[in-house]
Amino acid sequence: MITTLIYSLTGLILFGMGFFTLIIHSHPLRKILAVNVMSTGVFLILVATAYIPLGEGEIDPVPHAMVLTGIVVSVSVTALALILACRIQETSNSSLPGRKQQGEVPEESIR
Amino acid sequence: MTVFQFSSPAWMVCPVILPLIAGLLCFLFSHRTFAIALAAALTNLLVVCLLTGQLLVFGPMRCHMGGWQPPLGITLRTDGPALLMLLMTAVTGLAITLYARGYFSYRISDPRRAGRHQRQQRYFWPLWMLLLAGLNGLFLSNDVFNVYVTLELIGISAASLAALSGKPASLLASFRYLLVSLLGSLTYLFGIVFLYRSNGVLDLGLLQNLAANGLGIRTALVLMSVGLLLKTALFPLHFWLPPAHANALAPVSAILSALVVKGSFYMLFRFWFEIFPSTITQPTLNFMGTLGAVAVLWGAVQAIRQHRLKLMVAYSTVSQLGYLFIAFPLARVDGGIPVWSIVIFIALAHACAKSAMFMAAGTVFLHLGHDRIKDLSGVRASLPITVFAYGIAGVSLMGLPPSGGFVGKWLLLTASLGSSQWWWALVVITGSLLASIYVFRVMSRLFVIPEGFSLKKSEPHFRLLEWPALALALISLFLGLAASWPLHILVHGTTTLAQVFVGGLP
Amino acid sequence: MNWGQWLLVSILLSSFIPGIIIFGLPEEKHRLRTVLNICGSIAKIALVLIMDIGVYFGHIFEIRLSIIPGVELLLNGDPLSALFATLSSVLWLLTTVYAVGYLEGSPNRSHFFGYFSLCVTVTIGIALAGNLVTFLLFYEMLTLTTYPLVIHRGTEKSQRAGGNYLIYAFSGGAAFLFAVVSLQTIVGPVDFSAAGFPSSFIESHGAALILIFILLIIGVGVKAALVPLHGWLPQAMVAPAPVSALLHAVAVVKAGAFGIIRIVLDVYGPQNLLLLGVLPLLGGVASITILYGSIRALQQDDLKRRLAFSTISQVSYIALGMSLADQPLAVIGGLVHLVHQGLMKITLFFCAGNLAETLGIHRISEMNGVARRMPFTMAAFSVGALGMIGIPPTVGFVSKWYLGLGGLAAGNWWVVAVLAVSSLLNACYFLPILTRAWFGKQQEPWPEEQYIGRFETRLMLLVPPLITAFIVIAAGVVANAQVSPLAWVRFIVRGYTL
Repeated sequence: MITTLIYSLTGLILFGMGFFTLIIHSHPLRKILAVNVMSTGVFLILVATAYIPLGEGEIDPVPHAMVLTGIVVSVSVTALALILACRIQETSNSSLPGRKQQGEVPEESIR
Repeated sequence: MTVFQFSSPAWMVCPVILPLIAGLLCFLFSHRTFAIALAAALTNLLVVCLLTGQLLVFGPMRCHMGGWQPPLGITLRTDGPALLMLLMTAVTGLAITLYARGYFSYRISDPRRAGRHQRQQRYFWPLWMLLLAGLNGLFLSNDVFNVYVTLELIGISAASLAALSGKPASLLASFRYLLVSLLGSLTYLFGIVFLYRSNGVLDLGLLQNLAANGLGIRTALVLMSVGLLLKTALFPLHFWLPPAHANALAPVSAILSALVVKGSFYMLFRFWFEIFPSTITQPTLNFMGTLGAVAVLWGAVQAIRQHRLKLMVAYSTVSQLGYLFIAFPLARVDGGIPVWSIVIFIALAHACAKSAMFMAAGTVFLHLGHDRIKDLSGVRASLPITVFAYGIAGVSLMGLPPSGGFVGKWLLLTASLGSSQWWWALVVITGSLLASIYVFRVMSRLFVIPEGFSLKKSEPHFRLLEWPALALALISLFLGLAASWPLHILVHGTTTLAQVFVGGLP
Repeated sequence: MNWGQWLLVSILLSSFIPGIIIFGLPEEKHRLRTVLNICGSIAKIALVLIMDIGVYFGHIFEIRLSIIPGVELLLNGDPLSALFATLSSVLWLLTTVYAVGYLEGSPNRSHFFGYFSLCVTVTIGIALAGNLVTFLLFYEMLTLTTYPLVIHRGTEKSQRAGGNYLIYAFSGGAAFLFAVVSLQTIVGPVDFSAAGFPSSFIESHGAALILIFILLIIGVGVKAALVPLHGWLPQAMVAPAPVSALLHAVAVVKAGAFGIIRIVLDVYGPQNLLLLGVLPLLGGVASITILYGSIRALQQDDLKRRLAFSTISQVSYIALGMSLADQPLAVIGGLVHLVHQGLMKITLFFCAGNLAETLGIHRISEMNGVARRMPFTMAAFSVGALGMIGIPPTVGFVSKWYLGLGGLAAGNWWVVAVLAVSSLLNACYFLPILTRAWFGKQQEPWPEEQYIGRFETRLMLLVPPLITAFIVIAAGVVANAQVSPLAWVRFIVRGYTL
């Protein structure tokens, strides 16, 4: 029980840290990393739920399957995001896309 | 062969599998992409029609994939709302497929443009097919986690599609779009964790029967809703939508605005009103309604203030999505028309009208090379059908009779006045008036042919650019007159399960 | 479907199909387009006449199409709709002929005539609408189809006028929609019928019903140009003359007035309105509009603007008649003025268009001695103007006579006073035009004189006003005969228990 709780809390903290970074920082790479930290947090909690304290050392396989799927998705999304970030850097002269582009991008800067 | 009989529920696998295969084929055979995609879109429409026939004859159905029963196996199911959303996707998708063909082959003789269009086309078709598979999967899924997977599939392909134009603005917008959709699905996944922890099941049917009202369920519901709302772009979470939709290529804008936002909304609605109706309190519904009302007004005012046509259409999407949420607080009005039909009508009409409008905007953009609203005059002379399509789509967005939008708004008004909550009715009416302003602000420019305007020669491929938009606009216009048959499908969809299919994949 | 239902559908299609074909026609095919237009309008008149005969002999024409539970589209041929349908289809034929002549040689005619046909389809739809939802449907579509006509010239000014028109019209439509839904939630679906809804609702929902009545009247009052909702009408004068004729005499303003008639007689019913006590309100608004429009007309030098304010004033006679809904004579006067005002006003607009097209005259101050140059046009104009003033034997006299009798029967002296003052004002703003035209001396050359056609102007421009002017007198002379607008209106009123 305690173990599950510790893992869950850690996962929760990771999720919160990631979210904070995602909101605060404007650099694309940091944002991508932040999302990765968030997903790690969620996966950690999921894995922790797999442990059923009632049975003797029994493990529920379903969360594992979910985590595996989640990791695959997260890897591919990260790859896509990285490519996009690279392309943004290539096409725009300013290295940081956090700045406003003239005319094209509305007031809300990238979050 | 029981699998291919009319009564076999295994047909419902096709809308997911077919576009998936088509997407792979498009990727492999890059010179035959249009033929493959068109075949997939047509077959998809046929299969969905068949499923509709099935629903009308046998009622809702389930298909346990691979013979695995829930809670372990993955289940697909058809019912009224799901089928209507599938139909919407299939019809709009077919029109968009045709339009995209016209879009990419426009002025192909210009070498610079040809290279760019070739490159864009190469990625567009496979991604679009993947997106179609994801959407169909979402509407058919009966499993919380499966929904997560389809949401991710939709998110990834939609974000890549949004980046296709390659301009800095669209790259930025799609990067943000990707992050937002990722954030949304992670929050949703977080919700699944709580759901699974407190119940141990993921199948929607089983969850519905549990009807638990614990803290775990509530947390799960909040997290999942926030995730889905982020993807649906309800005010104030709409910030990512206008740049992403406005800067994409026109066929992509049409897909994103008409279909993608509806997917997450559909799931949200299912969760709130079908799976966990007992957990939702009236104040929560009122809160959502208020957000929707603000979205209607804010989006419309922003749309009026825009200087670019596509941005205006994108803000109009923000506004129109608000109507879907105004239906929430009216869901429990006794004796009225069930809330599903209100929402479905608004969604169907908006899907057709908005995709037609984005197509028209895209054609205008291709033709003029810009979409600044103040310089649009004279377009009617060269693109009469496009302007006509824009106008009809606008009529539907404004909710004038006999469009589908009118029926949706009529139902909203009846529900709100019938339950003495007249303030929602006021918002709906004001929203329509604002919509008429932004629609006709552009329309008045499009209509006018300035003195001494010389007609440019029309190009042969205009036909594929113009007619799909007109067809969709006309569908949205006459949806109101044919309103009885979507209702018929909905009614059939709410009866109990008639047939369950257990067996291997076809 | 029985033959009656086919008849209703084909009445609508007889202008819808030509309209759609005309949109697809290339710009140069003038002759084909004209033939289509004329054939369509003649066919429509024939079909409407068949319907009239059927209605007279008590045949029931009805099509229902259920949309969603509680919402039906209903097309219905009753005596009242026959009146408006006949008026619109006859005037449409004349306006089409006139428009063909008027727009000869100008660009974008396919576009113009396409919307022109759609506009008349929608007007007939308003005439045939059998319940409030159907009425709303066609009422909103009327806005959409007339808008392209108003901005047809494409100038900055016409765009502004068009935008203004839309804002007024859509706001009115929104008020109307709100009221229709509210009414349905209280009394259930309402078909237009002589009885109105059951009076038992008045006790339970009196205040709400009054509010809804006001909203409904605002909704249709925008198109009927009741003061203070009239702002769009004078501005919309930038449109070409046939469009003005259409807007003022056949379609838009008339649709609004027709809506008032339907609401008073068929939705609420005179008895309910008496119980609610809202009729004096309508009468007050109508009287103010009558006087205000006349006074403003006096100040205008621009001929079309003067006619526009005169329209505002004259159309409110219909509303005035309806505000005395319990007096059969006043109702007759109001209903028959629907036809009479249309005939007179269309004559005046045709003539104003002839002056503008042939001589470039737009202002009254330029009209000195114009009758010597264009005697036939000015003769028609004079008949229309005298009719507006109410001189016997023109039709204008008949309407005013019945309205006055109704007012007296109700014991409302103010009605007679309003009629007298407004007739005086009518004379004040029309007679100077006539004296100037007939007896004035031409001081300077006409602004833009063109010698077109064999007569004083093109034949297609000359014949329509002469025909309508002839009808203005003829219908007044034979008003008491078996076949006349007045006879038909009496037939309508017999159907109501007043």
